Amino acid sequence: MNSSIARVLQATAGMILLAVIWQILSMTLPPFLFPPVPEIISRTIEILITGSLLVDVLLTAARIFGGLFGAFIIGAILALLIARSKTLENFISPVLTFFQGIPALSWVVFAIIWFHGTEFRVLFIMIMTTLPAFTFQILDAIRSMSKDLFEMTMSFRPSRWTLFRFLIVPTIVPGILTAWKVNLGNAARVVVVAELVGATGGVGYQLLRQQQLFDMAGAMAWTLQLVLFVLVVQQTINAIEAWALRYRPVSERSI
Amino acid sequence: MTADPVIRFTDVTKTFRRPDGRGDFVAVDKLSFEIAKGEIVAVLGKTGCGKSTMFNIVAGLTEPSEGEARVVGHDPFREFDFFRGKIGIVFQNDRLMPWRTALDNVLLGLQVLDTDPKQAVETARGWLARLGLSGHENDYPHALSGGMRQRVSIARAFAVNPEILLCDEPFSALDEMTARDLRAEFVRLVRQNNKTAVFITHQINEAMEIGDRVLVFHRPARIAYETRLSAATGEAERRKVQEDIMRVLSVEQATA
Repeated sequence: MNSSIARVLQATAGMILLAVIWQILSMTLPPFLFPPVPEIISRTIEILITGSLLVDVLLTAARIFGGLFGAFIIGAILALLIARSKTLENFISPVLTFFQGIPALSWVVFAIIWFHGTEFRVLFIMIMTTLPAFTFQILDAIRSMSKDLFEMTMSFRPSRWTLFRFLIVPTIVPGILTAWKVNLGNAARVVVVAELVGATGGVGYQLLRQQQLFDMAGAMAWTLQLVLFVLVVQQTINAIEAWALRYRPVSERSI
Repeated sequence: MTADPVIRFTDVTKTFRRPDGRGDFVAVDKLSFEIAKGEIVAVLGKTGCGKSTMFNIVAGLTEPSEGEARVVGHDPFREFDFFRGKIGIVFQNDRLMPWRTALDNVLLGLQVLDTDPKQAVETARGWLARLGLSGHENDYPHALSGGMRQRVSIARAFAVNPEILLCDEPFSALDEMTARDLRAEFVRLVRQNNKTAVFITHQINEAMEIGDRVLVFHRPARIAYETRLSAATGEAERRKVQEDIMRVLSVEQATA
């Protein structure tokens, strides 16, 4: 069998089994607890093809990207500063570690108390919850830079910008891609909490409405929108990773 | 010695703090020598004798703790940018960037020098061809053998047309046959292009094969023995030099 077909079958087998179990449960339990799988699928498709509903999905996606980009830019700057100065590291690292310990829900409460605008609140929550991980992951990528390659590059006397382009960026790209993959899942979870409490649109807001209507099929359909979004973005990052790291040797033998 | 040396060390000392924080470690101890333009000087010494520290000082990667190091009359550490394109280095391991192809690795120095891209590619291809790597331009380092990778790193050093070439045991990780071929190729290229070269090694034969002059280092780095060699140096004289070097190195071992 073609290996790519086999891989797809293996990847979908678990999901198919899950759907079968759900369907069996829907036949024995009340539909408001376990609605049939076809109904969930139909509601999911309805959201995707209905413009007024799709806007909520796109709004959530924009909030996730906005928060992640914001945290990535600030995290990259902080990581570069920390990498250059031990004093700054001593100053910034404990603060970031402290932030890491604050639950996402606490940031939601702080944002509601401190700020007015919904979008700014969500952006603030997204940045605060993903910033420490981005900073530490990028810092780790910078520090894993090979001393040998650094000395070799420096032997040509490059400008700081050239050094950054030719050595630092290619060195930290794998770490950045991993950071994006890890933080994407976190951001998708946090954005729903933020929207659930403080927004008037988006997947989180829609989930709150389904809960008020006691509509399990709707709740599942909106949840699936978020899952699909994460899967699509993950696959896009994987494709970028495969292209950017195409120089890496691949062993024919797997672990 | 020479009137206008390309490299001059005057009482250079380099100390490092021990990793455990208990005092300092002297790697180079009041080292003085001069190297004239066009000379190939082989620096010989045991592992850990400070050869690589001396090398890093010449390359401007390390600053002396005391004394004065001058390369073409300038301080290689403080006047870092002055040496852009003037020093080419071949390291002990190839130090190729794994994300760059063979051609792109050779292009690195030329790109740093802002060479016209078309001209740079032509130069890089030319050097790869001279080192027998035609057809491998688009190979990534992992697809090349150790010898081929080291050839790429030699091409990278020569491509920027430096005045001075520094080599830190560049063939020590290769098998003897490949190392011998590359040594011969290296000397030919240095002579042909009228470069000044400092070649660090821990092998007596290699030092004598390559160097116009051989400097033997004690630990910490200072000159324990020095000799000149040329094509006219006879077999008997070479054997005597070899014995002298071995004696110097074994005396050091006995006193270490």
